[in-house]
Formats: sequence, C-alpha cells, structure tokens
Amino acid sequence: MISFMNVFGIWIAAFFTISIFSFLYKDNPFYKLSEQIFVGLSAAYWLVYIIYSIMMPNLFTKLIEDFSGNAILLIPAGLGLMMLMRLHPKTQWLSRYPISIMIGTTAGISMLRYMKSDILEQVTATMINPFSAPDAAGVVGNLLLIIGTVTGVYFFYFSKKQEGIFQIPSKIGIWFLMVSFGATFGYTVMARVSLLIGRLEFLLRDWLHIIT
Amino acid sequence: MKLTAIVERRIIYSVLLLAVALPLIFPIGWTTEVSDYTRIVYELVETTPEDKVVIVSFDYDPSTMTELQPMAEAMIEHAWKRNQKVIATALWPMGVQMAEQAFTKVLLDYPEKKRGEDFVNLGYKVGGMVTVQAMGRNLMEVYPTDNQNTAYQDIPMLKNVRRLKDVAWISSLSSGVPGIKEWMMVARDNYQVPVTGGCTAISAPGFFPYVNEQRQLYGLLGGLKGASEYESLIGRLGSATTKMDAQSIAHLLILVFIGLGNYRAFRNKRRQNS
Repeated sequence: MISFMNVFGIWIAAFFTISIFSFLYKDNPFYKLSEQIFVGLSAAYWLVYIIYSIMMPNLFTKLIEDFSGNAILLIPAGLGLMMLMRLHPKTQWLSRYPISIMIGTTAGISMLRYMKSDILEQVTATMINPFSAPDAAGVVGNLLLIIGTVTGVYFFYFSKKQEGIFQIPSKIGIWFLMVSFGATFGYTVMARVSLLIGRLEFLLRDWLHIIT
Repeated sequence: MKLTAIVERRIIYSVLLLAVALPLIFPIGWTTEVSDYTRIVYELVETTPEDKVVIVSFDYDPSTMTELQPMAEAMIEHAWKRNQKVIATALWPMGVQMAEQAFTKVLLDYPEKKRGEDFVNLGYKVGGMVTVQAMGRNLMEVYPTDNQNTAYQDIPMLKNVRRLKDVAWISSLSSGVPGIKEWMMVARDNYQVPVTGGCTAISAPGFFPYVNEQRQLYGLLGGLKGASEYESLIGRLGSATTKMDAQSIAHLLILVFIGLGNYRAFRNKRRQNS
C-alpha cells in the first residue's frame, strides 16, 4: 500500500510539474488547474500548520493545562482576536491596536540590531589599511573595496549637482554598481537554473528512473 | 525565414531544457574552483575541536532544497567526520522535515551516529529574531523537547548546552527571512558565536559583504556552486557536484543567447541608421 501511495504521489507530482512547465508553450487548462490547486493546497496547509504547530502548543494546550499559570497568554490571544476584527467593517478599527503594537515592537527590536550589523560593523569593515593584505591581489582587492564603497555611496549624494570634477567619483560609482548588478544577475540566473535542475532531476530520477 | 518572438522564445526554452537535461543523464565531470568564501566555512568546521556541539539551522523549505539540501548534507557529514555533535533547529516550519531528510541521508554513511548522542532535531520555533534572542538566554526554555518529544534535559549531548554561547558555531542554511541574517545579528553580534552558513544563489550577493574583516559571517556557501565547492573540499561526490555540469552548460548557453541577442540588436540598429 505504501509503495502504491509512493508511486501515485510521484505520478501526481510529475503531472503537476509538466502542467506548470506547459505554460512556457502557452497558457492552458492544465496550467490553470495546477496553479489553482497549488494556491488552495498551500493556503490549507498553512492554516492547518499554524493551528497545530503554533496555536495549539503555544496557546491552547498551555491554557488548558495550567490556566492561571499562563494567564498572561490571554493578552496575545486578545490581540490576535482584535486583528481578526478587521474582517468586519464596523469593528475593523480595533485591528489598528495590535498592528501598531507589532510595528512598534518590530521597529524597536530591529532598529538597534540593524544599526549595529548593517551600519557600524559594515563601516568598520571598510575602514581597513589596504596595504595590510599579505599579497598584491589582496591589496588590489582592499583598494577596490574602499574605492567602490566611497564612490558607490557618493553616487547617491544628490544634495549637490554632480558636474565637472564632482562627476568623476559618481561615474566610477556607476561602474561599481553595474558590476554588482551584473554579479547579482548571474547569481539570479544560477538560482533559476537550479530550480529547473531540481525539477528535471525529479522527473528523470524519481519518475522516469533514467538517472540514479 | 523570420521567426516570431513567441516561436523564438519556445526555441530558447527547448534548447535550455535539453542543455540542463543532457548533462544530468550524461555527466561530464567538470570541476569547480573553490572560492575563499567556501574555504572559510570549511576551515571553521575543520578547526573546531572534537566533541563540540554545533547548530545547523534549517531555514528553508522544499522549494529551495535543490540548492540548500546538498549544503546541509555536506556540513553534517563534515561535522560528523570531525566528531562534532549536531543540533538541528528550524526557523522555517518545513525545515524540520528537511533536517530529518538530511540526517537520514548522511546516516547511511555514518550508521554509528546515534540520535541524542551525536545529533538531535529540536524542531521549529516561530518568531525569527526573537526566538534566536531567547535561545541566547536559555535554549531549554525555547525547546523543552526535541521533535521526538524527548525532554531537553534527557538528551545526553545537550547536557552542557544551556545557551547559544555553549555551541562552537552556528550554520544557517537560509532561503529568506528569517534566516542567516537574523542569526548573524543576534548570535554573532550579541553573543559572539561564530555564524556561518549558506543561502540560495539569488540572495548570495546580498550576504557576501558580511564576510569581512569583522567576521560578521564566517564564509558563505552561495547556491549550488557553493555546495559543490564544499563537497569537493570534504571529498564527497554529492548531488551538488553532479548538478554543476548542468548548471555550467546552462550558463554557457545563456551567454551564447545574450551574445546572439546583442548581435541582432546591434545589426538592427545599424540597418535602421543606414
């Protein structure tokens, strides 16, 4: 029975994979069917997952087992319910309170962390002695890092018109930005091809048994 | 014969499909050069003493497992080779299953490794950065049991692990938020625990700047290439290595297409001018 279910699952997965790929030829009913099943299935999966893996163990089970000891959980539960009030036009103003608490908390937690990791540490990492590298390649790399950072940031300095001599660092900055966009594009292609490889590997190995 | 744009597009898709499928069926065996980013990850694991406990966080789901699962298997294998004990955690719900799959696969080569003594799967916790912060204070409070419902205090390998500071390194295999950045911002910046990991190729350029003099990240495995580099460093012929042939051929083909497209655009422009 297990074996049958496995084979059945593989055939279903193969059918949906090919149906999704069929969109590359043109839009068709198989693609639409697969897309809609995927959306419905994902929504149902997440709903069940959230209830059984998040709400049950973190809220309901704790309240049922020891209500007085976990009474503080009623506050997030109440805020959660207030969030759902958004569904009803007359009570939707209530949802603003939990949303504002979420935004405020997230901003408070993240602000210091981002300040440290993305500003202070990053700026410190750029303040290096370029000639401290052990070899010539390292020195060139350090110099490129410093020049690229300074000119890249300068490109976004709009308070003064960039003309004449002030245009030069901006132009250099554009080159660094272009190289970085090129690298990002290359990595994006790699990611997309990886997805294709993943699906083809499934079709060729698990479904058709052409590869091992 | 002039081809319409839609026909041209279909030809490109078909050729790309063949370019990816054929190397999977007939592997070429091209080798990839190991980058410094990967070597730093390798050296961190390699220089960590035996019997140390480490965390591998599975912060992804099946949609990106082609890129991240080979990294997970390679890192677990490397840690076990060095006799380190692996805690699996997940900031993404389906990371739990990804961790189980990775352990099952690597256990085929290391049947002597035992759950609870050499590895444990603590499961998923919601909360992202806040969860990591809580783990920094008390791991047992965040994970009272593992995913087999064994109480934290009954798991032998966790006897001396009370908070994040008690682990030697943390590796986050990440395909988005929450992921490697949250680990870095809390575990590394707050608790000074070395953080390393891997991410999908699409997010790699955004994380490379954190591999710097400040050691915000101890190296980074970027996409399938990073995974295959790591496999070659630990001498494992894993799935990333076999997939890299298809990846390389696809990239070459796309370069050819870009060249052809530019040639045509240049020719059309010249024709219009004349």
